[in-house]
Amino acid sequence: MKNSNIVGASVPRLEGRDKISGQARYVDDMKLPEMLYGATVRSRIARGTVREINFGSEINWEEFVIVGPADIPGRNCIALIDDDQPCLADGVVNHPEEPLLLLAHPDRHLLAKAVEAITVEYDSLPAIFNIQESETLAQVIWGVDNTFKTYLIEKGDVDAVWERADYVVEGEYTTGAQEQLYIENNGMVAQFDAEKGVTVWGSLQCPYYIHKALMKLCGLPADKVRVVQMETGGAFGGKEEYPSMIAAHAALLAIKSGKPVKIIYDRMEDMTATTKRHPSRTRHRTAVSRSGKILGGEIEFTIDGGAYKTLSPVVLSRGAIHAGGAYYWPNVRIRAKAVATNMPPHGAFRGFGAPQSLFALERHMDRIAEAVGISALEIRRQNFLKTGQTTTTEQVVHEEIDLDKLLDRALKLSDYHAKKEKFAADNQQNGGKKGIGIAAFLHGAGFTGSGERFLGSEVGVEVRADGGVRVLVSSTEFGQGTKTVLCQIVAETLGLRYEDVEIAQPDTQEVPNSGPTVASRTVMVVGKLVQSAAIGIRETLKASGKIGDSYSAEEFRAACQAYVEKNGTFRSIAKYEQPEDVIWDEEKYRGSAYAAFAWAVYVAEVTVDPVTYSASVDDFVALQEVGKVLHPTLAKGQIIGGVVQGIGFALYEKVIWENGRMQNGQMTNYIIPTSADLRSIRVHFEELGNVHGAYGAKGIGELPMDGPAPAVVNAIADALGIPFDSVPLLPEDIFDALGDGTAREDVFSSPREPGGRENDDRIAAA
Amino acid sequence: MTGSPQRSAECEISFNVNGHATSLQIHAMERLLDVLRHELGLTGTKEGCGEGECGSCSVLMDGLLVNSCLIPALQANGASIVTIEGLTADSSAKGLQQAFLKCGAAQCGICTPGMILAAFHLLSKKPQPSVDEIREGLAGNLCRCTGYMQIVEAVAEVARSGAAR
Amino acid sequence: MRAQPAEYELVAPGSLPAVLALLAAAPGRWLPIAGGTDVMVQYSAGKLPARKLVSIWNLPELRRIENLADEIQIGAGCTYTDLRECEVINREFGLLSAAAGWTGGIANQNRGTIGGNIVNGSPAADSLPALLVYEAELLLVSVKGERRVHYSSFHTDYRKTQLAPDELIRAICVKKRFSEYYAHARKVGARNAQAISKICLAALGRIAKGVVEDIRLAMGSVATVPLRLCETESVLKGKRIDRALLRLARAAAAAEIRPIDDIRSTARYRAGVTGNLVAEFLERLSAGGTKSE
Repeated sequence: MKNSNIVGASVPRLEGRDKISGQARYVDDMKLPEMLYGATVRSRIARGTVREINFGSEINWEEFVIVGPADIPGRNCIALIDDDQPCLADGVVNHPEEPLLLLAHPDRHLLAKAVEAITVEYDSLPAIFNIQESETLAQVIWGVDNTFKTYLIEKGDVDAVWERADYVVEGEYTTGAQEQLYIENNGMVAQFDAEKGVTVWGSLQCPYYIHKALMKLCGLPADKVRVVQMETGGAFGGKEEYPSMIAAHAALLAIKSGKPVKIIYDRMEDMTATTKRHPSRTRHRTAVSRSGKILGGEIEFTIDGGAYKTLSPVVLSRGAIHAGGAYYWPNVRIRAKAVATNMPPHGAFRGFGAPQSLFALERHMDRIAEAVGISALEIRRQNFLKTGQTTTTEQVVHEEIDLDKLLDRALKLSDYHAKKEKFAADNQQNGGKKGIGIAAFLHGAGFTGSGERFLGSEVGVEVRADGGVRVLVSSTEFGQGTKTVLCQIVAETLGLRYEDVEIAQPDTQEVPNSGPTVASRTVMVVGKLVQSAAIGIRETLKASGKIGDSYSAEEFRAACQAYVEKNGTFRSIAKYEQPEDVIWDEEKYRGSAYAAFAWAVYVAEVTVDPVTYSASVDDFVALQEVGKVLHPTLAKGQIIGGVVQGIGFALYEKVIWENGRMQNGQMTNYIIPTSADLRSIRVHFEELGNVHGAYGAKGIGELPMDGPAPAVVNAIADALGIPFDSVPLLPEDIFDALGDGTAREDVFSSPREPGGRENDDRIAAA
Repeated sequence: MTGSPQRSAECEISFNVNGHATSLQIHAMERLLDVLRHELGLTGTKEGCGEGECGSCSVLMDGLLVNSCLIPALQANGASIVTIEGLTADSSAKGLQQAFLKCGAAQCGICTPGMILAAFHLLSKKPQPSVDEIREGLAGNLCRCTGYMQIVEAVAEVARSGAAR
Repeated sequence: MRAQPAEYELVAPGSLPAVLALLAAAPGRWLPIAGGTDVMVQYSAGKLPARKLVSIWNLPELRRIENLADEIQIGAGCTYTDLRECEVINREFGLLSAAAGWTGGIANQNRGTIGGNIVNGSPAADSLPALLVYEAELLLVSVKGERRVHYSSFHTDYRKTQLAPDELIRAICVKKRFSEYYAHARKVGARNAQAISKICLAALGRIAKGVVEDIRLAMGSVATVPLRLCETESVLKGKRIDRALLRLARAAAAAEIRPIDDIRSTARYRAGVTGNLVAEFLERLSAGGTKSE
């Protein structure tokens, strides 16, 4: 008996009650007996060697636990893809804020003072701070050529297209670093005893990443490391890899002191020391026919990875694969590389390379349109991927996606044509310049290529002694509603009430490794596994004759109870298997990169203020095809939240660097939008289903990050009639681009004399 | 140890927290936020920035919305403080809390206590705020997850129904 | 939090005379703290040099607004919310209530004080240009008595004022003679709320038959102190507002200001926008806009 009011309905959030009452427990809300507080002594230079470390006499160091590299039981590294990132720098420093030493003390107030009392003398080396400097190889700071990773994607015969091109359009586009700015700072609590090993509780996305890192760092076996996720106050990728570093630090202090240790970053430390979105540079060279069809192109996509490899190869991969966007490229060559600089390593942030390469592409499409002399709409219609065509990696688009129609709907929702006409007329007058811009794009859900197979995710659904059902995954909730949606899926699958299903808090001692909570994979990949595991429960009960083909929730519960009574623990495990039609060649970087793509068209309407040159977004339409909307309120929330982060990426958020250190590491000076900055964001969905996702769902967590920046910048270019190829685009940048006084005034001037034609008479009469 | 600064004596602070008369011995410059979280175990009030910018530490002090990270304990002496725990315990913000749940106004939840305090304060001063007034009233509370729209929706719904309680 | 509370002393004598006595007994030793919205930020960052503080929060003598016949006296301890909610300020001194509404969010407006804003002395402070164009006077008080000074000379350099070490500002006095002026103010920040000014303008003007009778312009964040644009004003007084005058005004303002590059903006942007702000004001003045915007 199916209860179809669960999946697709905005059921009350499981996690909701605690959050609105102040009862949700985040890591800083946790206290253990005899707990010490921990702090990190960090490098003040970008590159060099440590000559001497002095402990100031104003502090009684006997009271402190002090940990250095020599205290590390296992390997001094934060294990990730490579092991090149040290847990504590051992004499050699490669970026500002690199951890050197750890301190712990019972009085949390004393720690900041103790950190300040430690002075380090360095022998500095010349450092490099951006992609261009890295490429010159004047300083080689990593490997033999400062290059963490390269990819080459080739399709067709690019070299042959240039001579038959009617237009060759070139462009270079750059994006800056972006700080995730989750409102809850990073933190960890760690405890050690010889019997149980290391336990950490923290603000985190990926319990098993931390588990793996701690095993290596501490030289402990899997069953002597336990990682528990606390309520996590926002993450967005910013708590994907760096928590392993903090957990390592807390664990080392706990091991040395024999006491629990809590490390909570304050905002400045979190902003200056932890990861940010990779800055990028994309170069396009595109051969286009007279009618605007892309014949082929070369794309060079480069990201700045900071001082250590961390996740840069994976960010690079996604950015490179998305570099061709939602269009058909008959011939293409994409050269992608991730380079090293002496900055704190850049890392995961919602979108993970795609916002960077898609910004470039969608700006470039508008540039191509202008070169060819057709509209921004027409250039896209000429080149949209169609069912049956292949992407840049030669993945066949099987589903019946009609991007033309999606565009039509977006234009209708945004009243695009009428507005474009009106703005063109209004812009002739004095006052703000208005513009409207679009971005059309896609986002692949799940790990790239063979990534999901490599992860081999495992989930469990278990029956409790009281007959209730419990979901076991390592997927974490940090605002997106993980717990709610996975329970919806199980409840719907089993024909139970939503209230009958619960989910375990991610604890590596309790739950299997369902992979990290990243890459928009939770609902789609993990959700489908959870569905399989639930079906396993149902089939077992059926096979044992305890239930028939149709049953009530009460009958199901009774059957579960009986089964557990008779057979003991009842747990159904499902393990990921790569679908047969998702084939990827890791060598040639070709094939089905993602099990599913979500598709979108975003439209931004902006006004550029003639006095201040600030651009404001007056209306925003976000239309996307997402397979299936499992929880409308949560899905809408994801899109709006992502759009606002994307608008921040475009217009507000600038990291100001000096010698590799972030200078504006306070909320006062790193600007994100407030509630007073946004007027109207309208979200609409289409649903084509998805065989690879639970109930047809595709991942949507990152999709909304890709479109806003190019849509907004396209709109500003439309408003002012000049191109902009970089984000963040601040009023100061618009001001500089408008040229000197006269040129600038001309953009905004009108034939109207001050006093206004209509007021002249009035003044004369007075 | 040479040249260590003089340590100040603790002083007695007496104030009312969530309807309970409370007295503590505390340093005068201890932040009210830390007094609430560490001395009184009221961890619903959060620290997001320590600079009075994010509003996660918002509480009511003598009926006015304030950022508790910027208030020295001594200045709270004799004051009446209300935190998210207090609003929950006496159901004074029940309507708001339900609306937040229904409209998706809380995602990760870290800004939510402060946001509810700010919304509660706004509605206590302006029971029928316009959308612009809601946006302004909440502009001192930063949220990174929701993009604000569903928060504004929740507050507007409560204003419409006239049921903050 | 990068400070140790145990290293700080904070006392609250509870009355103005008691506070003044403390300041007199050890001039320069005790830092007054009102709402704390500036001091506590420095403190938390571990950057507050002072170790002894005296609370002047909510002293009744400092927190009243006196509506006299020819002027109002705003207690220095009035918060931005107090200013926003005061009927006579809204009616006669709209630039002040507007500026109060720009400062921080509601929570900071409930605690930040006008006196604190002045003494903190940041050239970026939102209320200060309004005080310049209203030609405010300050009542400074100490155990020795009270003195009245022109606000226009109160700021002597970046974050330095005429305030003696044993003094407090008791009240800000503004004469009630601006109701016939067209008032205009605009703040340029990085976002619509909770933004430190990149630049801001407060302006008052009176025209008759298209000719400028009186004009007052003051700006924040274009010099080391809040700046009254006296030279630009003199270029404009007595002139007809037309396109040529706008150009003159832009040039005069650009010459008068001393903007810098800093973490928030660039000197050239500030200079360019200054011209736009002044021109915008003149256009509105000329269009005979309503008294307050």
